Amino acid sequence: MTVTEKSGAEKVELTAHRRSVANGVFTGASAAAASLILVVLAAVAAFLLTEAWPALTMDAAELGDRISWIKPEDGQSLIQVTGYLVFGTVLIATMALLIATPLSIGIALFISHYAPRRLASGLGYIIDLLAAIPSVVYGLWGSIVLIPVLQPFYDFLGTYLGWFPLFATDPTTGTVSATGRVALSASLVLAIMVIPIISSVSREVFLQTPKLHEEAALAMGATRWEMIRMAVFPFGRSGVIGATMLGLGRALGETMAVYMILSVGLSYSWNVLLSGKHNTIASYIAGQFPEANAIGVSALIAMGLALFIITLLVNMAARWIVSRRSEFSGAN
Amino acid sequence: MSKRIDVNNLNVFYGSFLAVEDVSLSIEAKSVTAFIGPSGCGKSTFLRTLNRMHEVIPGARVEGEVLMDGLNLYDPQIDPVAVRRHVGMVFQRPNPFPTMSIAENVLAGVKLNNKRISKGDAEELVESSLRGANLWEEVKDRLDKPGSSLSGGQQQRLCIARAIAIKPDVLLMDEPCSALDPISTLAIEDLIQELKSEYTIVIVTHNMQQAARVSEKTAFFNIAGTGKPGKLIEMDDTTTIFSAPAEKATEDYISGRFG
Repeated sequence: MTVTEKSGAEKVELTAHRRSVANGVFTGASAAAASLILVVLAAVAAFLLTEAWPALTMDAAELGDRISWIKPEDGQSLIQVTGYLVFGTVLIATMALLIATPLSIGIALFISHYAPRRLASGLGYIIDLLAAIPSVVYGLWGSIVLIPVLQPFYDFLGTYLGWFPLFATDPTTGTVSATGRVALSASLVLAIMVIPIISSVSREVFLQTPKLHEEAALAMGATRWEMIRMAVFPFGRSGVIGATMLGLGRALGETMAVYMILSVGLSYSWNVLLSGKHNTIASYIAGQFPEANAIGVSALIAMGLALFIITLLVNMAARWIVSRRSEFSGAN
Repeated sequence: MSKRIDVNNLNVFYGSFLAVEDVSLSIEAKSVTAFIGPSGCGKSTFLRTLNRMHEVIPGARVEGEVLMDGLNLYDPQIDPVAVRRHVGMVFQRPNPFPTMSIAENVLAGVKLNNKRISKGDAEELVESSLRGANLWEEVKDRLDKPGSSLSGGQQQRLCIARAIAIKPDVLLMDEPCSALDPISTLAIEDLIQELKSEYTIVIVTHNMQQAARVSEKTAFFNIAGTGKPGKLIEMDDTTTIFSAPAEKATEDYISGRFG
């Protein structure tokens, strides 16, 4: 401890003191918080792998004997069922994103660049409220309110656009599903659920566009839309991709709403207006879990592992897209 | 190319706040006109009314006339977007588009006006504009690199190249050198001297020596106090303003007594 005597009375302390203790605590706390994420991720991955291991390593025929919903003789081994589910999950989530992303970008742009300020803040608040609605409520609303409204529209699509593979009708009856409990309904409800996520993140990103760049575009005679394309979109690109990936994460993992809306089945069908053709991993796990035996749970966890890998790949792809033109990002 | 501007009794408002009061002045074609004055005196605000950039800020409006070769820019039939295609602007801080390459930055304005431009024409225009902005020799080997990879002074010259690529009639410069070092400032000032043979240039500057060096005419703006509107005190030949100004306030300002 070094203490300098200053004219006898005042002491000037030059040693590390309380402030540096606080500094050390804070450094430690933030490092701990950051590593906690890694630990949790590793723990989840380890859990999925160890718990799924018995089902993954078991002989297909034996697995079929012990789990009622795995029938290798009908082409429904664990791998095959998971394949159908991966297809259904990705199909439904992708359609949801295709619907939600343009809408969300439109909403975000309207709030950030078109709406009068007072309307903008109110609208932003309402959109954020959509995110607060529990998914089970979305499921109820979708199956009781939305589907009866959509069904006549599906009939129309099937009748007039049935030549388009996605909207194809059932070859035996010549119509689309009469219940409306189809993949497209699930996608629409998922789209409504992810719109608040994508639009609120995009809105924040659009609002951060430097005034300098917006004015540069306007000053050379850009209209408002041209200014948005020149200054706002390029600046917000990585943010919007990030927002979309957040939305995709929710759409891929959403269980309850899909479970309550979709009439499930297993196939590689592109006909999104037919019921009993699709299911998602999350909804399938939720459906089978209550009555699953030990090895059944292991098989379901193997499917969870597949979902985990899909979301991991999606996030890595998003990172790659964002970093590809980082030189031009304006961060420098 | 290169037009004169006559401003008659222009009042500039932000909402109900009068920011600049009753300005009347004339800007000659093919000359450099400098606006000087203390901070907050409304010289930048006034400059932005000359290409209707002022009204980009919500609630901002003007009363009075800005005539470009006799045509009132504030006529209800005039589209502000079209005005800005004829009156180019360079800002205080260099603002090339970070997501575009050097060449794309130069062509940004041209692509708005004329979507289809042949590859040969585009290359020619990039070269002539960058040569016009004294930047060609420095960047000709890296036209596909991002504009933000250049130094501040180079970025500002890139912005000038971008502005002159659309061949405006008038070029407005809002303190173009305030974020630059002395060498880059000199390069921009030399460039202004070359550009005035083709363009009408209006420059706002905090630097009185700069106004004295580059301009033919100088307008001095002042403000009576916080919350009061800015006013044009006087405008005359630059040599007169800096040697024998008519107003006491001008003399006080240029001799460094305030501001």
